[in-house]
Amino acid sequence: MTQVGERLETVPRPAPAPTFIASSTAVYLGQLARVRAARGPLLFVATLQSLGIVILLRGVVRHDGRSTAAAIVAGSTVLVAAFVGLNLLAQRFGALRARGALDYYAALPISGASVVLGTTASYATFAAPGALVTAIVGAAMYGLSFTFLWLAVPVIVVAGIALSAVGAAIGLLLPRPELATVVGQLAMTAVLFLGVIPPSHMPVGLRGLRDVLPSTYAVDALAAALRGHPAAGGQLWRLAVTAGYAAVALLIASRIFRRAVDRSRG
Amino acid sequence: MHTPAFEVRGLRRCYRSGKRATPVPANDGIDLDVPAGSVFGVLGPNGAGKSTLIRQLVGLLRPDSGSVHLFGTPVRAGSRTTGGLVAYLAQDEPALDEMPVGAAISTTARLRGFSRAQSGQLAADLLAELDLGGLVDRPLNSLSGGQRRLACVAVALVGDRPVLVLDEPTTGLDPVARRAVWDAITRRRRENGVTVVLVTHNVLEAESVLDRVALLDRGRVIACDSPGRLKASVSDEVRLDLVWRREPPADDPVVAMLGARSTRDGHRWSARLAQPEARAALDQLVSGPALDALDDFTLATPSLEDVYLALGGMDDDLERV
Repeated sequence: MTQVGERLETVPRPAPAPTFIASSTAVYLGQLARVRAARGPLLFVATLQSLGIVILLRGVVRHDGRSTAAAIVAGSTVLVAAFVGLNLLAQRFGALRARGALDYYAALPISGASVVLGTTASYATFAAPGALVTAIVGAAMYGLSFTFLWLAVPVIVVAGIALSAVGAAIGLLLPRPELATVVGQLAMTAVLFLGVIPPSHMPVGLRGLRDVLPSTYAVDALAAALRGHPAAGGQLWRLAVTAGYAAVALLIASRIFRRAVDRSRG
Repeated sequence: MHTPAFEVRGLRRCYRSGKRATPVPANDGIDLDVPAGSVFGVLGPNGAGKSTLIRQLVGLLRPDSGSVHLFGTPVRAGSRTTGGLVAYLAQDEPALDEMPVGAAISTTARLRGFSRAQSGQLAADLLAELDLGGLVDRPLNSLSGGQRRLACVAVALVGDRPVLVLDEPTTGLDPVARRAVWDAITRRRRENGVTVVLVTHNVLEAESVLDRVALLDRGRVIACDSPGRLKASVSDEVRLDLVWRREPPADDPVVAMLGARSTRDGHRWSARLAQPEARAALDQLVSGPALDALDDFTLATPSLEDVYLALGGMDDDLERV
């Protein structure tokens, strides 16, 4: 029998850890593999919900002008990202935490930030095709401008990351998974109502709430593009605000990741 | 003297079930040394604090007080040193639930710092070693309990970390898969001098594979030594197991004595007795009126379970098979 310790003449050296970019990419690709295998139907539902809103409101909004139509299409487009990011990702992180599943990531030589960023980026990716389909179908149905529709791509990417990052923070922060699910769904509902309904039709009290939602700036940027008159500076500024929300939410989610591991399965 | 792999000193962690509830210690005052290159077991009944201890070993759970050092460095989850030395296998890996087996293994290799090409090769090697090749594209949650566990073991083994911390690695495995896991661990130990810390509540497994074992009871280490020496410490005792076909005569003095000293499970009685006592009791049983009611009996030398009970362990749900 081997004598205990006989073979270890020296203390083993830790293996080199992956870089932040490598670990975030690996988390991202791992999540894509997971969702490809299992989560297709939910992403279909997310797209169908937004397409449904676009199609149903087409019957209601006939003569209300271009700006209402643009607001509806832009709001429905961003709603796909809200469904996937706020709703599904808050649920996912809440469940991971409750089941002690964060241990898997926490025991690897990677930071909580790379887990949050990789997962958030993957959920933003899942939302992208549905959001793009909604924007194109909506623009066609309401006869909106296609000239600046390419702006939908950066809007969907930035909004997807921002809303997923908020979803991740909700899932990691709240003490119980049911609570994370409820808060994620409420947040998505807020994005639905405050994003799809044009601000001109909204009670003044709600406009203030609209202004603090991270989705608002993305919706407004896309709506301007769909109207065919994007003032370039204005859209950049709106995208920058959305990106700012994304950065803050990512930072918060990364900071609370370690605490969530310590408190899971308490 | 070699540096121990893990040095644990005065470890304590409490849980609160509610904000105002009194904190309950999950473990309390744990001191342990895990020698480098050894297979070290943590044995105890459910709720003894085994998983708490093992999560503290890899830094997932911060202790309220006390310390854990790995090769002289304090452990911290996610750090380059702890994460670069240790592979950890939790009791369950729900993070990997919907991931295909091959992707789960290669993703983990990438997260352990290997390139994409290396990760693919490492995953292929492990799939072959553990005979999981047929399951490469199957999501983990579509597998049977045993296959799933085996896939999680593969995830833990990928990238050959010098320290393996495994929470019940063989639970739910059939004998063939169990053997494959032990072969894989033994090979790594022989060739690379890997240190293994594992949780088990299976007494036979503990006796056959461990170099050292810590017996845990209600958050405390009640003994820590080689299985052989632990068993020798109670070697003047034997265990007498009786199975009755019907209620034994209560007025028989030997039945009364055994009844008082046994732990009972229906018609099964189990008593720890000094050797001469056991011999005398058995003589009287087989020559007296109780024999008619007796279905079967066994006399066994002490197991780790007997050591656990002799040292004051209170629970009796350790597995013997």
